[in-house]
Amino acid sequence: MDGAPTAPETIKEAEPELTRVPLVLHRRNFSWLTERISGVVEQPAPRWWWVAFAITSSIATFGLFCIGYLISTGVGTWGNQIPVGWAWDITNFVFWIGIGHAGTLISAILFLLRQKWRTSINRSAEAMTLFAVICAAIFPGIHVGRFWMAWYLAPMPNNWAIWQNFRSPLMWDVFAVSTYFTVSVLFWYTGLVPDLATLRDRATTKIRKFLFGIFALGWRGSNRNWRHYEMAYLLLAGLSTPLVLSVHSVVSFDFATSVLPTWHTTIFPPYFVAGAIFGGFAMVLTLLLPARAIFKLHDVITPQHIDKMAKIILLTGSFVAYAYSMEFFVAWYSGNSYEKFAFWNRIFGPYWWYWWFGMLFCNCLSPQLFWFKWCRRNVFVVFFVCMCVNAGMWFERFIIIAGGLIRDFLPSSWRVYHPTWVDIWTYIGTLGIFTSLFLIFIRFLPMIAMSEVKTAIPEADPHQELPPQSVSPGGKERTR
Amino acid sequence: MTKTPYGHKVYAMAAEYPSAAALYEAAKRVRDAGFRRWDVYSPFPIHGMDDAMGIGKSWLSGWVLFGGVSGFLTAAIVEFGPSSILYPLDVHGKPWNFFTVPAFFPIMFELTVLFAAFAAFFAWQVMNGLPRWYHPMFNWDRFSRVTNDGFFLAIEARDPRFTENTVRQLLEETGGQHITIVHED
Repeated sequence: MDGAPTAPETIKEAEPELTRVPLVLHRRNFSWLTERISGVVEQPAPRWWWVAFAITSSIATFGLFCIGYLISTGVGTWGNQIPVGWAWDITNFVFWIGIGHAGTLISAILFLLRQKWRTSINRSAEAMTLFAVICAAIFPGIHVGRFWMAWYLAPMPNNWAIWQNFRSPLMWDVFAVSTYFTVSVLFWYTGLVPDLATLRDRATTKIRKFLFGIFALGWRGSNRNWRHYEMAYLLLAGLSTPLVLSVHSVVSFDFATSVLPTWHTTIFPPYFVAGAIFGGFAMVLTLLLPARAIFKLHDVITPQHIDKMAKIILLTGSFVAYAYSMEFFVAWYSGNSYEKFAFWNRIFGPYWWYWWFGMLFCNCLSPQLFWFKWCRRNVFVVFFVCMCVNAGMWFERFIIIAGGLIRDFLPSSWRVYHPTWVDIWTYIGTLGIFTSLFLIFIRFLPMIAMSEVKTAIPEADPHQELPPQSVSPGGKERTR
Repeated sequence: MTKTPYGHKVYAMAAEYPSAAALYEAAKRVRDAGFRRWDVYSPFPIHGMDDAMGIGKSWLSGWVLFGGVSGFLTAAIVEFGPSSILYPLDVHGKPWNFFTVPAFFPIMFELTVLFAAFAAFFAWQVMNGLPRWYHPMFNWDRFSRVTNDGFFLAIEARDPRFTENTVRQLLEETGGQHITIVHED
């Protein structure tokens, strides 16, 4: 390319003074960011990628086989039995949907709050949202048993005079999740367009140039375009903000509008939303910490970013702990014997260790480590807590769903649920689908929003005094 | 005027600037010189550039409002139409008339957001004239750096104030470098 940049990769550090810690360390410049982030997708896939992808895609394939087996044989292949009509299937659904929330929170709410640190993590977090919602959407589809009748959920005129019951929380759920997925895709792609244009302009092969060219829509960074683009981005963020708060609220209505003890509580919507953000941030860190180490992105995803995410985990984890204790308080204070028994059963019943380990240790106690700065700054501690939270949030959903069902109102109907191998492998299969999709994503698309990170470095601000620079030489240098 | 000696049609005269701040200052000068058909190009949106160019706020929000209202009305029609007019029945112990409205809120909300988001997504493309896979600026080989670290300013030849000498002088005065003529084809 004419005029290959020869500017120094780093600029001399400013005098130490009372300034904010920069979001991009070592005063990296624009072309360093482009080079480092695009480089990940432009170099040939490293060997570890192929090994990882072979493993995850095999697991995903076996998961798809389990789904095929379920559909062809029937829901009897799962351990679900009356009274436990919902078990791992809906647990997995709520788990995956919850994971997605962190991505939208980072991309929408933190954008509205002008948190510039989000720019380093929003792209991969949004991708994670999409993949998590894909995994989530599998379960309501297949758990109905007669998979081929799933189209009944779609309000389209038909000669059987089937029309949906829009008063049903399950119908709200269909609309909430499909709207959430669609809006997330639109938002993600909108953010991706300028970066696709970067990859188009750097492409060396014809096929890359063609494909990135098509998807970049002919983006040329014009300010007359940026003007509408930024307004659209702002409005999409504004629309996604209530959306992300609504999705898990609507998911919680599936339970809260029933009459079952432990489900029928008004605290559920905020409790579920806080739990979703809590679990989602843990998953963001679970994915980003290895990616940061492997691709040497320490200057972009800095200790400051991890510190801030750990604080959000601490905050939302404390919301969750509060909600747990308030559930127990209300069970006692209500004087309702069924409610009291259900919560007693939660701690000392058949799933006692799920509660002690999952809800108490993983969700309530482990995030409390983040009160200490050295814990937030130590990636191993952060990773450990995140793994605890990932596991704990799954246990929480399982306890809420199956734990509420195993003890029916009549003791003669009591039955403890046991998963079958199909249950287990369908869930592990979605973990494979999720990680496979994420591996494909980091292979083919920039995992950090380049055009957004560039706005977070000081040179992007036209209103501040900076030492004069010159255009990197490419032809004759002009003197003023 | 709008042809080079070799017969190429001229699209614009363009210059490269060393930094976002330099481009910002140059844009203010070009705005004050009274040009209308010109644009700046940068790898990221530059804060305050809309004012520096004198182009004001984007009214894309109007389309989003339109999308949101149409989504809300769609939801209201598919919910109340069958429930209150076609088949007035009590379902779920909830009445068929207007008092059932709390049960209809979630879907009204979701469709409002969905339609508004689609409006935003298509409006930013349509208002920008995208997708447009060809543009004269792509003829300039330095311009490929616009998505990396290049800052460019181009004054179009169809601007009534465009003359080669005045534009070149203006670009030079504002610190533009690599000043060039960009061909239409």
